[in-house]
Amino acid sequence: MSALDAGNEQVIATYNFAYLDEQTKRMIRRALLKGIAVPGYQVPFASREMPMPYGWGTGGVQVTAAIIGPDDRLKVIDQGADDTTNAISIRKFFERTTGVETTTATAEASIIQTRHRIPETPLTAGQILVFQVPIPEPLRFLEPRETETRTMHALEEYGVMHVKLYEDIARHGHIATTYAYPVKVEGRYVTDPSPTPKFDNPKMHRNPALQLFGAGREMRIYAIPPWTEVVSLDFEDHPFEVQAFDRPCALCGAEDVFLDEVITDDRGGRMFVCSDTDHCNRRQAEGHAGEQAA
Amino acid sequence: MSMQDNDPPLMRVSNLTHMYGDRIGCRDVSFDLYPGEVLAVVGESGSGKTTLLNCVSGRQHCTAGTISYRMRDGRLQDLNALSEAERRFLMRTDWGFVHQNPADGLRMNVSAGANVGERLMAVGQRHYGRIRETADDWLGRVEISHDRIDDRPGTFSGGMRQRLQIARNLVTGPRLVFMDEPTGGLDVSVQARLLDLLRGLVDDLGLSAIVVTHDLAVARLLSQRMMVMKDGQVIETGLTDRVLDDPQAPYTQLLVSSILQV
Amino acid sequence: MTQRLLLTGVDKSFTLHLRDGVTLPVVAGVSFHVDGGECVVLGGQSGAGKSSILKMVYGNYGVGAGQILITHAGDQVDMASADARLVMQVRRQTLGYVSQFLRAIPRVAAIDVAAEPLVRAGVTAEAARERAAALFARLNLPERLWSLPPATFSGGEQQRVNIARGFLPDLPVLLLDEPTASLDARNRQVVIDMIAEKKANGTALLGIFHDADVREAVADRIVDVSRFATAAVAA
Repeated sequence: MSALDAGNEQVIATYNFAYLDEQTKRMIRRALLKGIAVPGYQVPFASREMPMPYGWGTGGVQVTAAIIGPDDRLKVIDQGADDTTNAISIRKFFERTTGVETTTATAEASIIQTRHRIPETPLTAGQILVFQVPIPEPLRFLEPRETETRTMHALEEYGVMHVKLYEDIARHGHIATTYAYPVKVEGRYVTDPSPTPKFDNPKMHRNPALQLFGAGREMRIYAIPPWTEVVSLDFEDHPFEVQAFDRPCALCGAEDVFLDEVITDDRGGRMFVCSDTDHCNRRQAEGHAGEQAA
Repeated sequence: MSMQDNDPPLMRVSNLTHMYGDRIGCRDVSFDLYPGEVLAVVGESGSGKTTLLNCVSGRQHCTAGTISYRMRDGRLQDLNALSEAERRFLMRTDWGFVHQNPADGLRMNVSAGANVGERLMAVGQRHYGRIRETADDWLGRVEISHDRIDDRPGTFSGGMRQRLQIARNLVTGPRLVFMDEPTGGLDVSVQARLLDLLRGLVDDLGLSAIVVTHDLAVARLLSQRMMVMKDGQVIETGLTDRVLDDPQAPYTQLLVSSILQV
Repeated sequence: MTQRLLLTGVDKSFTLHLRDGVTLPVVAGVSFHVDGGECVVLGGQSGAGKSSILKMVYGNYGVGAGQILITHAGDQVDMASADARLVMQVRRQTLGYVSQFLRAIPRVAAIDVAAEPLVRAGVTAEAARERAAALFARLNLPERLWSLPPATFSGGEQQRVNIARGFLPDLPVLLLDEPTASLDARNRQVVIDMIAEKKANGTALLGIFHDADVREAVADRIVDVSRFATAAVAA
């Protein structure tokens, strides 16, 4: 292991490769394998204290640490951006503790850790997408008892999930849930892709990449293996729909992408731009331009 | 002519015993419940009537004895032999359970409509419009105004909550409903309305019910048969008006003579 | 006419556990029969046990000893030993009862109180209401009361609701516990006529009537209960 390479001042000699000790990684890998074997099932794991607060992606970081190797190339995004505080600090963490190469280009990464978004660039077989999950239990909203939710999963009692959607329609006239939108994985487990916007739900369906989910505070890991069926719950008369944006990206002109609203001044000025910065930059480099392109 | 006279029992309870450690919850209770029949279980607090109700309704394991139930396909099923999945399915489709405190039987953080619709969604209904229509219909049947369908039960009075709980239970057309002091904690005028409503629903739907109550007037109004419990055991059983008009056991005589006359 | 009801050697006493288990004899050795098409009236002074006998026949009171055989669905059923379900079945199909006081059901309209036994017997709600209305009219119950719950009615009004409820279904045996006690002369005559019609239909009636006029008008035989009461005390 390069981490033990004495004399190299750049590497903190006291840390194991990817920070976690090998026993912990094996424990997490076992949980991951179980999660992959039972798609959508929440596998408990002995989440460790990480050198960052809960809510900063401790679950995703542990999953990444357990699967990353010296040959991997890592991309980290928060929302869709590579350049936010959270994304940068996690990327630096792995740069320092593993020395692996990092990238912002979706197509070049072998592992992508994300807090919300699934990149706009379609993923390919062999890539791994690691989600940071705050609350893995989709039934929690209606059933606070963990013993009860586990039984409900075991017996496929998912009626309450529709109660939540029913409430949405009764209140707003349509299903207003825009993120953490529940899905059924491989026709069996109802899973919360939180806090992914529902815009990205269809991308989970039969995705060639492996999708891993880590919830550090809640100590749960689950997985969606490549090419798995992922169906968003809905009603016959209120079918699942993704958000539609009524304008293209102001910078690259892309349509059918997830947009962020950016406030540009304190006089009400605003613009809508791609949430996926890599996608946006690449398109601009290819010559696409939106109405406010620099 | 009634069609029910030669029907086999809907539920058969034999020598049911439940112990809390060394203490007796209920002991050696046996009875048959027939389709369309309402059985009242009366007795004072601690007499074991709620333990009995929890055991026969599958909410609590019994220490000894058997409970059999006639499934919709006509076969008599030992409830202990059911898997948990089958038992829970039975509980949310063919059975209802009305709690004394409506908050125990309702989801307080979702609307009245969703409370009624939940069981429908649990059995696979996936059409919002039809679910809402059925919920609306049931709210009407339990005399809750249609414009309250999107309100949460927290904004309802005690009597309305109890009626909502009843609608929530009956929406899947259960054949057997368990009730634990359904009118407890309600004003007498509210009680009368609820009793009348229950009586009508039981008649219209041909429901069977086991009603636990300490209120003999409730038992008289709702039930045809009655069991009197004391110290975990059944001390007297029979036709409701015979038990009330000609009580035999000393304790039943005490119970009946303790009713305040208005 | 065929025999509908037969009591043989019926005993009744109450054991009062709240008063040191003292036993209160009521009647002993009660034996008589009622045929279809006749009205048998129980005689004897107040407290002789007339009401107790009716309640034993109807199943409200347990029976100490003896048999109460009633012809039910072609069989003889002993009400003294029948289980609760059988008693309910007999009440639904064979045995009616007009009690002295109406046990008012909250919120149910008078007309529905009267129509209920018919509905339970399978008559449509509409047809049952029509028949109840016709009987209410005959009993001179003011029409404005029909849709109100009878809890607030006067004694005579409640009694007429009760009579309608008891007389509407065509049951082969009918028990009458002072059905005319709170009625005026005009309505008493209506009830007398109704009893005569029941008799003509072959119904077996067993009743208690304190009013001598009514008793004379309806009774085919009078069974004096005093001797059974005496027997109870002597035993």
